[in-house]
Amino acid sequence: MSAGMNDLKKQTRSGSHRPLLEVRNLKKYFPIHKGMMRKVVNHVRAVDDVSFFVREGETLGLVGESGCGKTTVSRCILRAFHPTSGEILFREADDQITDLSPLDRAALRRFRPQMQMIFQDPFGSLNPRMTIFEIISEPLYVNGLRSRADRTDQAAELLKLVGLRPEFMQRYPHAFSGGQRQRIGIARALALHPRLVVADEPVSALDVSVQAQVLNLMLDLQEKLNLTYLFVAHDLSVVKHISDRVCVMYVGKVVEMAATKELFEAPRHPYTAALMMAVPVPDPDQRHIIQDLPGEVASPANPPSGCYFHPRCAFAAEVCRTQTPQLREISPDHFVSCHRAEELQLAGIDENKERQ
Amino acid sequence: MPSSIKPVTQPSASSLSQEPLLRVEDLKAYFFMDEGTVRAVDGVSFDVFPGKVVGIVGESGCGKSVTMKAILQILEPSAKIISGKVTLRSRFNSLDPDSPEELVELTGLHPDSRKIRKIRGSEIALIPQEPMAAFSPVYTVGNHIIETILLHQDVSKQEARQIAIDVFRSVGISMPEQRIDSYSWELSGGLRQRAIIAMALSCNPRLLIADEPTTAIDVTTQAQILKLLRKLQEERQTSIIFITHDLGVIAQMADEVVVMYLGMVMEKGPVHTIFKDAKHPYTQALLRSIPSVQSTPRLKLPTIAGSIAHPFNRPAGCPFHPRCKHFMRGVCDASQPALAPIAEGHFVSCFLYSSESMSPVATGRQAVPATENNP
Repeated sequence: MSAGMNDLKKQTRSGSHRPLLEVRNLKKYFPIHKGMMRKVVNHVRAVDDVSFFVREGETLGLVGESGCGKTTVSRCILRAFHPTSGEILFREADDQITDLSPLDRAALRRFRPQMQMIFQDPFGSLNPRMTIFEIISEPLYVNGLRSRADRTDQAAELLKLVGLRPEFMQRYPHAFSGGQRQRIGIARALALHPRLVVADEPVSALDVSVQAQVLNLMLDLQEKLNLTYLFVAHDLSVVKHISDRVCVMYVGKVVEMAATKELFEAPRHPYTAALMMAVPVPDPDQRHIIQDLPGEVASPANPPSGCYFHPRCAFAAEVCRTQTPQLREISPDHFVSCHRAEELQLAGIDENKERQ
Repeated sequence: MPSSIKPVTQPSASSLSQEPLLRVEDLKAYFFMDEGTVRAVDGVSFDVFPGKVVGIVGESGCGKSVTMKAILQILEPSAKIISGKVTLRSRFNSLDPDSPEELVELTGLHPDSRKIRKIRGSEIALIPQEPMAAFSPVYTVGNHIIETILLHQDVSKQEARQIAIDVFRSVGISMPEQRIDSYSWELSGGLRQRAIIAMALSCNPRLLIADEPTTAIDVTTQAQILKLLRKLQEERQTSIIFITHDLGVIAQMADEVVVMYLGMVMEKGPVHTIFKDAKHPYTQALLRSIPSVQSTPRLKLPTIAGSIAHPFNRPAGCPFHPRCKHFMRGVCDASQPALAPIAEGHFVSCFLYSSESMSPVATGRQAVPATENNP
């Protein structure tokens, strides 16, 4: 019953919405220097022709193993990095669409309040010399709210919103636990009413018993404030838990993107299927399920020819060695970049009915 | 009430005759610091039987790593073992499977003594958490392994090198003759972890302690490593103490599970019992609160209220009581529940089960605060 209701809600929440953010053919290459003259000998293709979109009010999960470029993508979107090429299209509240990729610092200022970030490490991302009030109200001050009384009111509101007591405002970060600090980080990200929130591994540094609290808070806030999340993580269980749609990356490329349920139950790319099979299931009756993928993740400085996944793929054919597959829509809203997507029958993960 | 801790009996009938390889009894290890005393391990008992995998689960600060260090006597100088016994069934000749055995009390040995140094590496080997930090960057991985072999076995340098190459091959490293001469920073994460496992296995230990061996690596590599450990364990009949916070890994690897919270054992039992029929409120809440790849997307998870107490001000009584939804005023905060058996091989430390009845938790024996979904 509850599952059905949830589905319905999801439809109304994200079904008809237009993209808030669209990334087209994004590339970010980092040069490798060598020798005394610092000559550029090669590039690390951290992000190599990535395209995806995020609809208003939805959560897009971005998953992949370390070094697949998911963090670089999120930093390019926030323009912490200058992309090598490609477009980052952002829709403002008045429906005006702007490409963020060529903008300079001054031009970007107008967009900064609309896109905020939640960081991975709740210990490193809060300044230990600033009180909680200073941390949360700094974005307000920078953006023109100079009255201390107003800022105090707003900071109190924000703290209540994330489930902390406003009395804590004059304390310093060291007085808080990891989960509480992450709540403070979320309050700061929400201070300017952003429309897009990029969360880079927001729960991976937290204890398992605290992770669920922060994930629930993020779901609550999304409903209350109609937020759009780009949720970057390596943990498939966490991504599945929070996302409406999931985008899987491998060595700087998107391999598959689909609605969460569809992607997990019927993956179309061999890498997605292998990734899901590798996740240890917390059920001692399903021990056979662990299957490993041979080999190692390819180096983004020296990727293999054709499909980057072909040396590890059980289904690789001749065409996979020579031609790079393009990301294409094989069924409505299901994108995959595999030459053999149509012919392959891949196993997904069944939903466990016992768990509530 | 230590009297209620009965001697542990082996549950499975097949190995009834077998004695535990390692027995940890009421181990207490405290850190003495300027700010106060941290009771990192506070009365931990468990047995490791030959050929079995014991999983120790717990969140940060629950004392799982300190337990491991106390067993090996490699605690930091500020930490002391206060009481308790760790007994190992040690062979006189660790390489000979038919060698006569003696019981060695590890806690009674000086950390620098010849005897414990002989046991470390040869009888009990460690797979540390960080494969990068475990190797010195100025020696080749081969140097490390050959050193271990020369220390514990009576072989020549050439033979040691050959043994190292063989172990490398057995853990699935391709081109072992070349890889043995590479430095740790030249290897990928998965290979480095395999090299560490090779080093731990090089002297054929009977007990392997794996301290979060897969937390620093990716899921596909993790699956490879878990598969390898399971294969080696089956082939060599090695016992493993598997320390992790990942319940998924525990479910896949362990035979017996020990659930720890703030230095104490909350519950222990066979893996199926713990995952299907957990009795302690902490274990139950922990199992419910983890997102699983098999659960439905975007459903709210039941959470455990609050956060782990700071080690300097640990709550009185049951360490979990401020977060427990079955908290009984005047009982749970008054004294510590003893770890008591409630079924064959299944032990729980909770007042819900301690007295006369064994009523299931759901019947609600006066639960009050700790609002579950309230952050």
